[in-house]
Amino acid sequence: MSQPQPLLLGAVAYAPKVVTIWEGFKSYLGERGFAMDYILYSNYETQVEAQFEGDIAFAWNSPLAWVRADRMARARGQAVQSLVMRDTDQDLQSVLVVKADSPVQSLADLKGKVVGFGAIDSPQATLIPLDHLQHEGGLAPGKDYEVRRFDVLGGKHGDHIGGERDAAVALLAGEVAASWMIAGNHRAFAKEGTLPAGGTRVLATTGLYDHCTMTVSPGVDAEASRRFAELLLAMDWNDAQVRPLLELEGLRQWRPGRANGFRLLERAATEQGFYDDRGNIVADGYRY
Amino acid sequence: MTTAETSSPTAIDIESLGFDAGAHLLVKHALAALSDGEPLRVTGRSPGWQAQLADWCRAQGHALAWEDDAHGAARVTRGSAEAGRWRDAARTGHADPRAPGAVLPQADPAWGLAARGARVEAGSPAFAFRLDRREEVWADNAAELYAQAVSAQWDPETALDWDVEFTHPPEVEAAIRQVMTYMVENENAALLVPARFLGQIHPHYRELQAALAIQVADEARHIDVFTRRIRAGGGEPALSTAGGQASLKSLLDEPDFSVAGFLLSVLGEGTFVNLLHFLAAHAPDPLTRQIAKLAARDEARHVALGMSHLLHRLQGEPALRGRLAQAVEQRHDSLAGTAGLNEEVFDALILIGAGSLAPEAVRQGFERVQQLMREMADGRFTRLLRLGFARGEAERLSALHTRNFM
Repeated sequence: MSQPQPLLLGAVAYAPKVVTIWEGFKSYLGERGFAMDYILYSNYETQVEAQFEGDIAFAWNSPLAWVRADRMARARGQAVQSLVMRDTDQDLQSVLVVKADSPVQSLADLKGKVVGFGAIDSPQATLIPLDHLQHEGGLAPGKDYEVRRFDVLGGKHGDHIGGERDAAVALLAGEVAASWMIAGNHRAFAKEGTLPAGGTRVLATTGLYDHCTMTVSPGVDAEASRRFAELLLAMDWNDAQVRPLLELEGLRQWRPGRANGFRLLERAATEQGFYDDRGNIVADGYRY
Repeated sequence: MTTAETSSPTAIDIESLGFDAGAHLLVKHALAALSDGEPLRVTGRSPGWQAQLADWCRAQGHALAWEDDAHGAARVTRGSAEAGRWRDAARTGHADPRAPGAVLPQADPAWGLAARGARVEAGSPAFAFRLDRREEVWADNAAELYAQAVSAQWDPETALDWDVEFTHPPEVEAAIRQVMTYMVENENAALLVPARFLGQIHPHYRELQAALAIQVADEARHIDVFTRRIRAGGGEPALSTAGGQASLKSLLDEPDFSVAGFLLSVLGEGTFVNLLHFLAAHAPDPLTRQIAKLAARDEARHVALGMSHLLHRLQGEPALRGRLAQAVEQRHDSLAGTAGLNEEVFDALILIGAGSLAPEAVRQGFERVQQLMREMADGRFTRLLRLGFARGEAERLSALHTRNFM
């Protein structure tokens, strides 16, 4: 009997554990009769482009990669689909953190100050935070405050938390007046000891946004997508065989995908000139 | 933290404590006290606590809703993730070995390194512990023997007077050196045999693990003090024979815990206790006599542990007696071609018993060694009787025991 042709899934290798994760999913799906194999990309830009060259049926996309894929599809008269998301990918928030004893009490106090951000392509630590300061604080970067970016691994869309950690360290060192990080990292940095317990104060909180999504490439067989989603949604945390894989990927359960949690990022990508409306990269100084 | 009991939901106020400073602990404990589906009202006043709470709830799989648009108070409902993690967790007996069902007949590989009595999450890795059945290893008084061993530990620095001056003749010192050399070799075997099994015993049987571990430590101390005693006389260790090592190697080669314990502890160390008593009585200097006395006390405990395990196992498995007898016979046959006890050791013992090379003293020393041999054989015979061997069989097996003593 010949082996069924596997559907290919693209993922970005932002850390070594990515191999373990997708090997785990490959065998979980294979045991249930769904042939999947994966291709690792070093960056989200090439991965999204591959979705339009017929190379991969699915892409485990960052929110920014989703925005680009969506724009590229629309420009071509096609559509991509947000198939499934992790429960930990929905309704996230980033926080702007200052030292507990900082004189900065409101966004207005940031005028003339240096603010720490993550990587140039980080939705949670750069794009959405810049958008927040602009729309909620009326603060324009470079004019009202100075942007200090902590760039780590371009093209990984901030999946590597190193940039956020560097920004947190710079805050403690007094190099910046405030630093942005995803709320979970604020807790994580306290837990690992990077930030002293109670030594920082949350100055601002962004609106809600969604994070990664399993994106279906244009033209993929709908039945195959449905079956893929069904198998992922059936993964049960209570099953001791499945739980380690879910823990590694950082979720309790898969949720049906949605596309309405990317509005803040869409606005940020447009206004900050990261992608144009056809999904072309227009950001200055973006290397990946 | 304040907790309010009214008709409205249970409520906690995390006050100004942030989730970067442990606020999750308050929410976690409050949630644990609620029944399934019961909401917990959470309020706080640390800046940004709402986003922090939302993040923590998401990571934990707890449901979160806000009472109003101002996000002044949250309602958290416990998710099923925590319960799910422990749903199929294994029960692993009890910590107190005397409690019913405490020490289970079979220990699961996936209980791994967990404390006995802990709940072990399903999906924990399976550890390869070869000795995972109670009957293979257990001794009812292992905990007591361990406790005795702990309180009987002695520090060679303070328990022994290393400054003592030796006044005996050089040939007697040479004899001491030979006997100590022989004893180090034997104690290396007595250390390694339990140490090898120690790594194979499932930690569920922790009393046995502890008793063997301290036995290993005892032997390490003996090896150290015997070596220091050799050096105190100003020399190097003396002779090691092929026959002696062949005899000891057969102990290390024995794969069965009970059989190895029988050969090593019941027969070997039991015999060794007689030898140490001999040295405690006849060694020429107080240092050697004291070393022998202290080591004999330790060895007696090792014999007791071996006896206790065998008595336990023989109760449920009388057929083991036949295998024990067979092991003695096989060992005897395989060692038949070797010299057995190092002649130098035998002669050294005579000289120690004599105290000098004067003919009358040597006669007395020889008689003392003959007496030692009789005591060794009697001791083995008595222990074999206690293990349920018939008199004739016990006599025969005692006689077949290695001439190397251990």
